[in-house]
Amino acid sequence: MGKKTMIALITLALAFVIYPLYQSYNGSETLKDVGQYYIDNGVEETGAQNLVTSVVVTYRGLDTLGEVTILFLAASVISFFLSFSKNDRIKSRSIRSVTEILTTSTQVLVPMIFMFGVYIFVNGHLTPGGGFQGGAVIASGIILMFLSNPRFKLSHKVIQFVESTSGIVFVLIGAAGALMMDGDFLSNKIPGFGFGEVGSIISAGAIPVIYTFLGLKVGAELSNVLGVFVESQSEK
Amino acid sequence: MIYIAILIIMGVLLLATAIFAVTHRDLLFAVIATGIISLILSLFFYLLQAPDVALTEAAIGIALTTIIFVITIRNTTRDEDEIIDKKNEKL
Repeated sequence: MGKKTMIALITLALAFVIYPLYQSYNGSETLKDVGQYYIDNGVEETGAQNLVTSVVVTYRGLDTLGEVTILFLAASVISFFLSFSKNDRIKSRSIRSVTEILTTSTQVLVPMIFMFGVYIFVNGHLTPGGGFQGGAVIASGIILMFLSNPRFKLSHKVIQFVESTSGIVFVLIGAAGALMMDGDFLSNKIPGFGFGEVGSIISAGAIPVIYTFLGLKVGAELSNVLGVFVESQSEK
Repeated sequence: MIYIAILIIMGVLLLATAIFAVTHRDLLFAVIATGIISLILSLFFYLLQAPDVALTEAAIGIALTTIIFVITIRNTTRDEDEIIDKKNEKL
């Protein structure tokens, strides 16, 4: 039996498994209970215009904390293993020349990319996007800097400081809501942050603060992964 | 009607790019094809009213993943046949 017949058989088996799901699917016209609750009370309870954000940061804030922890673990494991292999082959990375087009366009684009990333997570409670998306956009700006300048190096101290501080602040804000206002852990009701007017940039209690630190944390982690990845490469 | 036509065209493009990515021998072309898949997917998410997911897909799928693969190719080899030949030599 050849390899191709095996692949065809596996594909057929997958189709056989998935077909009942397709058959039994019928789009529902109404929302489920939880979704209806979020739509009815979401804006009132959290003050955020973007309902997805109010679910991600407030109603399901603990899940977001778990997600950030997973990302942190992945980033630390990657940098642990890659920094091991870096010591084996000592600094043999040759410096490649970079074209004029790339360097010039990087100088123009990187500030805009950073500003767009910051815009995404500062406006997380108003427009689509938030900490994760903004952080990923910032990391893509950093990788452009790596590509355009082969001698560019990320300062690991700065990355570590940004990453750990924003993580601690995120948890502290969550705890402040629980301890000082009799709310739940990671609720957005914390002292000193009113709900404000729905739709303005300073509103929704702690959500913009949490999302700003989340964006910094995710951006620092992803940039660190990319930086370690680029630095550990060597050319024979 | 136009909406459905656009969705169908995008789906066909998505499939064509995916088949190109799997079958092409030059790995750099294949990786760029996967980037284009992410681009079409993020358009899909946007049209299906999930702008948050579209943003994530755009930032991670198009930029970060593609660049990581390109760096890997730069440090290994661009030609898929070469990898298969090396494997056969060992056997």
